[in-house]
Amino acid sequence: MADLVVAKKEGLFCVPGQFYIDPWLPVERAIITHAHADHARPGHVHYLAATSGAAILKSRLGDITLDTLAYRERTVHNGVTISLYPAGHVLGSSQVRLEYKGEVWVVSGDYKLEADGTCDAFEPVACETFITESTFGLPIYRWQAQNSILDDINEWWRRNGEAGRVSVLFCYSFGKAQRILNGIDNTIGPIICHGAIETLNRVYREVGIPLPDTLSISGINDKARLRGALVLAPPSAAGSPWMRRFGDYSDAFASGWMLLRGARRRRAVDRGFVLSDHADWPGLMAAITATGARRVIVTHGHVDIMVRWLQENGFDASAFDTEYGTEEDDNVAANESIAFKESHA
Amino acid sequence: MTMSQRTNPLHSKKAMREFAGLYNELDSTTATIGKLDALKRYFSHAQPANAAWAVYFLAGGKPRQTISTKLLRQFSTEMSGIPEWLFDECYLAVGDLAETIAHILPPPGNESCIALAVWMEERIIPLRNETPEKIRGALFGYWDELQADERFLLIKLISGGFRVGVSKLLVVRALSELSGLDIKIVSQRMMGWTDSGLQPSAMRYSSLIAPQVAFEGADPHGQPYPYPFFLAHPLQADPETLGDIRQWQAEWKYDGIRAQLVQRGGQRWLWSRGEDLITDRFPEISGISFADGTVLDGEILVWKNDRPASFAELQKRIGRKTLSSKILNELPAVFIAFDLLEHGGQDIRNAAQSERRGKLEDVVSAIGAPGLIISPVIDAHDWQALRVIRDSSRSRAVEGMMLKSVSARYGAGRTKESGVWWKWKIDPYTVDAVLIYAQKGHGRRASLYTDYTFAVWNDDLEGKRKLVPFAKAYSGLTDREIAQVDAVIRKTTVDKFGPVRSVMPTMVFEIGFEGIALSSRHKAGIAVRFPRMLRIRDDKKIDEADSLETLRGMLT
Ligand SMILES: [Zn+2]
Ligand SMILES: [Zn+2]
Repeated sequence: MADLVVAKKEGLFCVPGQFYIDPWLPVERAIITHAHADHARPGHVHYLAATSGAAILKSRLGDITLDTLAYRERTVHNGVTISLYPAGHVLGSSQVRLEYKGEVWVVSGDYKLEADGTCDAFEPVACETFITESTFGLPIYRWQAQNSILDDINEWWRRNGEAGRVSVLFCYSFGKAQRILNGIDNTIGPIICHGAIETLNRVYREVGIPLPDTLSISGINDKARLRGALVLAPPSAAGSPWMRRFGDYSDAFASGWMLLRGARRRRAVDRGFVLSDHADWPGLMAAITATGARRVIVTHGHVDIMVRWLQENGFDASAFDTEYGTEEDDNVAANESIAFKESHA
Repeated sequence: MTMSQRTNPLHSKKAMREFAGLYNELDSTTATIGKLDALKRYFSHAQPANAAWAVYFLAGGKPRQTISTKLLRQFSTEMSGIPEWLFDECYLAVGDLAETIAHILPPPGNESCIALAVWMEERIIPLRNETPEKIRGALFGYWDELQADERFLLIKLISGGFRVGVSKLLVVRALSELSGLDIKIVSQRMMGWTDSGLQPSAMRYSSLIAPQVAFEGADPHGQPYPYPFFLAHPLQADPETLGDIRQWQAEWKYDGIRAQLVQRGGQRWLWSRGEDLITDRFPEISGISFADGTVLDGEILVWKNDRPASFAELQKRIGRKTLSSKILNELPAVFIAFDLLEHGGQDIRNAAQSERRGKLEDVVSAIGAPGLIISPVIDAHDWQALRVIRDSSRSRAVEGMMLKSVSARYGAGRTKESGVWWKWKIDPYTVDAVLIYAQKGHGRRASLYTDYTFAVWNDDLEGKRKLVPFAKAYSGLTDREIAQVDAVIRKTTVDKFGPVRSVMPTMVFEIGFEGIALSSRHKAGIAVRFPRMLRIRDDKKIDEADSLETLRGMLT
């Protein structure tokens, strides 16, 4: 039987269903796995996404024509049965299950195995062919449990507070920031969020995700209130005039990339917290195995390495070229690769 | 209860963890004050035996490599159960062998908390002469006990590759602030700490921070240690600004190895500025006998035809462990003595320069040895006349002049309170800079990284010390040196942009250039003419490289 999903210049395409998954060029019909900018692009005619991700998607893409599916709910389009399963990556993130004439394919989108309080936890879906991401597809990437990272963040924040310093934590605005807010010990001190993060906090709160109270910097008249505060800001705020008001602060960056010294040094922050919204190497392997798939197609990240490893371990593995991300040696502009790293942190 | 707390095993159990924590803090913060705080926090509760080893490593001590990188690589690949190609891919992504190994191994199954001193003395050093099978067994066990950051450190300690961005002076400062001792006392006591012949111990650490005794510094009877070296500052203004020339002692500035020759209790020791004991490397110097209680400061040079030979010739001597009589004949070394620090067993560093000079002349003239030459004082009736003499520097194979105030005491390090030594170098201008980017060469050298970008330190708006690129250079090194640098570049690459590699800053070079001007087109705000590499400064850590301030000071 012909492949159910192929890579076209617009994006991953379901042939019998005549629709795309996370396409990067404007198309007629698109299923969106999650609202990160490189997966959810503007300009498509019809969108389909998980119900829990609808609010975020609309807040980011504006007034789009959007159909939604609850997780595990089924709908049939051109004979292809479509259903969405939690990917555990960010609020509303899905794996897309496609069934056609008894054959099942799953497109993972971005995923993470460890559960956190801001989205439904990843759920393995049995399939014959699994299309997986590979952002952290190297055996050096192995995460500590989320709780121990959050403990480290709490301790860093507390110690800065004791020294009368502000703690500035850079993190991606959508997903990572809310995950930190949800898990952090909010009794340590006041929390201030950059506008870009607060916009998303509002959406999370509206759909009932518990987040602690946060302040905006404009709401603080008394500078003394800043002492001991935790400031969450997107990486782009680093070095901007917005940062000046915090005086003597300690800064940190929360991302899976912070595992490596080189990456930490390039960020030039005081601390790196290794907190990722993607699966680590053992996680990728566990997810692949759990699907029972014999055929695996690898997309954005360490594609060639994962393909070779999977082939050596008995899988029918190959690659899809996608434009979600770029590989190190592609010679692309450095800032593009940084943008990718920030959305895949 | 203090005593029982100190001996509580739980307390010492976390030692390796804590040292890893300290390393992480020092490694990640660029602010000097943050590093100082981290050092003080660590030393305030580290047990003396562990603190002793920490001082040793932080001050630049390098034990011999215990296990070859080849074996480390092989055993870690085996333990991680991944194929070699996958190890290589990981190494490529990480850019550092120890860090790759630290992350690639399975998580620890049997975590232990063993003190740094125990690691070194009972677990690492004894592996030195073991068979590969024994080493393999030991490493598998050790790795299974440690978290990734501790493993990283362990491998750095084992492979002799430990480096962290602190200067020895900062360690001295931290210990001095903690103990309440004068910074000069601590730096004096730290002399010789990093010499590989002496193992750190709790006792040595305790005496490092013990309360000062009344006569300290004056009676180092029988001790091998030199005094902290007094360092010169570059003269950037006209010498006329120094005032009356009669208040200044001018000497040539030699391009050799700064050293102290110590004789006490019938024994002699020759120490380099990096505090390595080099007694055996220069028998024609360490063979010269003085009265006990004599310490001379000077410069070691290879001396031919009544003048210094090039630094490259001196390097040939340094590099040799065994000295044949042929080498000794072809590359004879001399000690150019320019200061006397101890005389008749008395520390005379607080005597005026002129007084020390008088005594130095007495000491040297009493000895007739071909390996000992007194640094001549250069006479000139005014600065202009001195300037004319200085123009002959090149033909004399010296770097320029030293100007020392006749009333100056001998300070420690770069202190200025007790008087200043100025180095008044001839052009080209020189600075010590850090290699941060590399690009491949052309033609014959197309496969090697030969074009380098160099950076100097600068404080940004937030007061953080950062490296700012200021010059590109691609000439001045020998083929052998290029091959060495190329290997380091490949090992320390952190990023690639097209043909350019960005490397972890680890290497310091002396860069010479012909001119300097303001430039808005360059990130550093200045541009230099004809930059070239004068030599690799293996003896310097990146923290000791020059700053943008120094460069700006060279603008006229
Ligand atoms: Zn994503
Ligand atoms: Zn993605």
